[in-house]
Amino acid sequence: MADTSKNAFATWLMRNPIWGFIVIIFVFFSVSNEYFFDLQNFRNILVQTSTIGLIALGMTLVMINGNIDLSVGAVVALAASLAVDLQSWGVFATWGNWAILPAVATALAAGIALGALNGFIVWKTGVDAFIVTLGAMIGVRGLVFIYTREESFFASNFAYSDFGSSSVGPLPTLAVLFLVFTVVTHLLLSRTVHGRNTYAVGGNREAAVNAGIRVGPHMMINFMIVGFFAALAGVTLSSQMGAATPNLGRDYELWVITATVLGGTKLTGGAGNIIGTFGGVLAIGILRNGMNLMQVPAFYVLVILGVILIAVLFLDKQLNRRGKQELKI
Amino acid sequence: MMAPIPALRLEGIVKTFPGVRALDGVSFEVLPGEVHALLGENGAGKSTLMKTLAGMHQPNEGRIFIEENEVVMRTPLEAKAKGVVLIHQELSLAEEMSAAENIYLGELPTKSFGRVDWKTLYAKAGEILKRLNCKFGPQTRVSDLSIANKQMVEIARALTVNAKAVIFDEPTASLTDAEKVVLFDIIRDLKARGVGIVYISHRMEEIFTISDRISVLRDGTYRGTLVTAETSEDEVTQLMIGRSLDLSRNEAQVEFGDVALEVRGLSCGSLYRDITFNVRSGEVVGFYGLVGAGRTEIAETLFGLRTPSAGTILLEGKEVRISSPVDAIANGISLVPESRKEQGLVLGMNCRDNITLPQVDDLTAGPFVSDGAELAIFEQYRDRLEIKTPSWRQAVGNLSGGNQQKIVIGKWLAMRPNVLIVDEPTRGIDVGSKAEIHNLIRELARSGYAVIVISSEMPEVLHVSDRVIAMYSGEIIREFTAAEVTEDNLVQAISGIRADKVA
Repeated sequence: MADTSKNAFATWLMRNPIWGFIVIIFVFFSVSNEYFFDLQNFRNILVQTSTIGLIALGMTLVMINGNIDLSVGAVVALAASLAVDLQSWGVFATWGNWAILPAVATALAAGIALGALNGFIVWKTGVDAFIVTLGAMIGVRGLVFIYTREESFFASNFAYSDFGSSSVGPLPTLAVLFLVFTVVTHLLLSRTVHGRNTYAVGGNREAAVNAGIRVGPHMMINFMIVGFFAALAGVTLSSQMGAATPNLGRDYELWVITATVLGGTKLTGGAGNIIGTFGGVLAIGILRNGMNLMQVPAFYVLVILGVILIAVLFLDKQLNRRGKQELKI
Repeated sequence: MMAPIPALRLEGIVKTFPGVRALDGVSFEVLPGEVHALLGENGAGKSTLMKTLAGMHQPNEGRIFIEENEVVMRTPLEAKAKGVVLIHQELSLAEEMSAAENIYLGELPTKSFGRVDWKTLYAKAGEILKRLNCKFGPQTRVSDLSIANKQMVEIARALTVNAKAVIFDEPTASLTDAEKVVLFDIIRDLKARGVGIVYISHRMEEIFTISDRISVLRDGTYRGTLVTAETSEDEVTQLMIGRSLDLSRNEAQVEFGDVALEVRGLSCGSLYRDITFNVRSGEVVGFYGLVGAGRTEIAETLFGLRTPSAGTILLEGKEVRISSPVDAIANGISLVPESRKEQGLVLGMNCRDNITLPQVDDLTAGPFVSDGAELAIFEQYRDRLEIKTPSWRQAVGNLSGGNQQKIVIGKWLAMRPNVLIVDEPTRGIDVGSKAEIHNLIRELARSGYAVIVISSEMPEVLHVSDRVIAMYSGEIIREFTAAEVTEDNLVQAISGIRADKVA
């Protein structure tokens, strides 16, 4: 019995090599740096990764579907600008702290709407999601510059920026938010019909159609989910900074995809899970934090992260290719 | 008397994969100018043996000889250079390149500075294509070719070297009858040139048409070689599965239920015209015709994947509109598609989830899918269809073809349809599983389903059907009852010869 559970763990680790990698870097940084193994530092890592992490949750769904969303970074900037700008509008002058509510709601709605638009175009035109969202990435960023007139917005209401640095018990609010959504998305993907259909559509779109799954609307929902998460990330990011700049979220799509792919989600769709994505997000967070504490210059950090991305995926391929040959006669 | 020197000979080949002994001391030889068929059920070791012959696998033990010289072949290219060429079942061509480029892929003739010598390339490729009687030029883009012609390009590849042995793996899987004739001419031509040919196929009739000797593998071991002229299908089958297979004609059932499905004057552009037929519950109606006769397209229309341009579909006497698979499923129509890997299964998904895929919406407890309900359905159909899998967690892509097909059938049975359409029920499935699937179809009809079977294999249609509808070029030519139908009149019908002209 003990043997089978050990085997199950080995299989699990083989499918999610990122968690083995996390243990290694965690031990490495704990041993090599006196500041790393510290509760406050762990809180920092969670807060720092929450932005990328939230978007990665949605990206996992979209990528398992066999699609991709490159417009998330631009949506972050748009949502942040809307959330910060709207709360200072004259109409809400008498609302006090409640003015934050319509501002945040609008920001989130904008994210969902843009996701719906991406999904709708992919569904109806059949153009590849890469192209559609590449267009959206460029176009939405343009909208942000038009809307903000290339200026940064600052939150006049301190309650907004207080939220970004608040805590729930021992944990920072943003970390809690990220963890809660991680659990919710994990349940959505692993336990619900929508999650099951996500794998089916990505695994074999034709078979999914033949099984009576409405593939178009299904994909659109996942684009709306990633849009929501990108907008939410925009809100949390701007509340951390108490401001929004039109350049916010640049390159985020790359970090989000990196984290998701590190977590084992396949670009071709059909495979991946939230536990892996969570691992991918943590791995990037730990690496950046640890190297920062060790005072590795920022540009070297980028070089190392790039190398690690390729190395981990190579390892994953080796492990899973060997797994395949074992089964195939 | 001196025996001829074998073109290719294997001696005591052992090949193991972790946990599996795929080949266990297999010996095999092919003489120059001989067509040697290799038979065995899926998983018997045919593909492993073939890959060993072509340099894709290295044997753990045993020796390979080409014209009695021992050789080691580390890569397919090395095997090819030594004169052993494999023609793949799944075509492996670069679609966007020309036929000539594909034929000489990896060994394009070059001029100085590595520039491609196009003139020589096209001249040499053109010559080979001419030898094969191909009607397209070397500059034709492969994506513009039909499947049969793509296969010709594959074969042309084999002829760029002085091949001593050519291995054909299921070459007729996607060919029409006319294209098959051309292929067999080419094989006979190669044979006349003294090339040794290894021919792998599931189709018994082909093997008896083309081969000189038949070798049989079972469970990775060599079971014997028979001379084709001196053996029978029965003997070969017995050797292969250890028992004989009943492919006798179906005894027509007398009692059928009411008309479950009726189609009146259904047309769809140029694909098919004026299709009228019905299926009663408890009845199997077979659709027979050449590839491209419009059979699959009718099935796709009934399942909501195509929109008809005219005509009506009635279910239990009521007219229905089916504009998507969602409608079809809601109306109790299920389709087991022609190609299970592309259209039927999510290969990376486990067995249980594949079976419950169309009805997973109904298996929820609160917001979540109920594991118990899913498992119950999986176990029910695993037992009923005798699906062999180590556990429900096994990815469907790792199962054998027969078991994969059973998963697809199970998936649709679990939907409790009134009308079950099965397109090519046994394509690419070994003989033993074929019989099981045929019995299953008969049994389903007996339990009250209205079943439509579309097949390109005549023995199959004759065996399972209560009525046979012959199609030619988008039209129904003739309808036969099980008592009327014979191989002869069926062949005439699907070749476009109308009954009135025959009579």
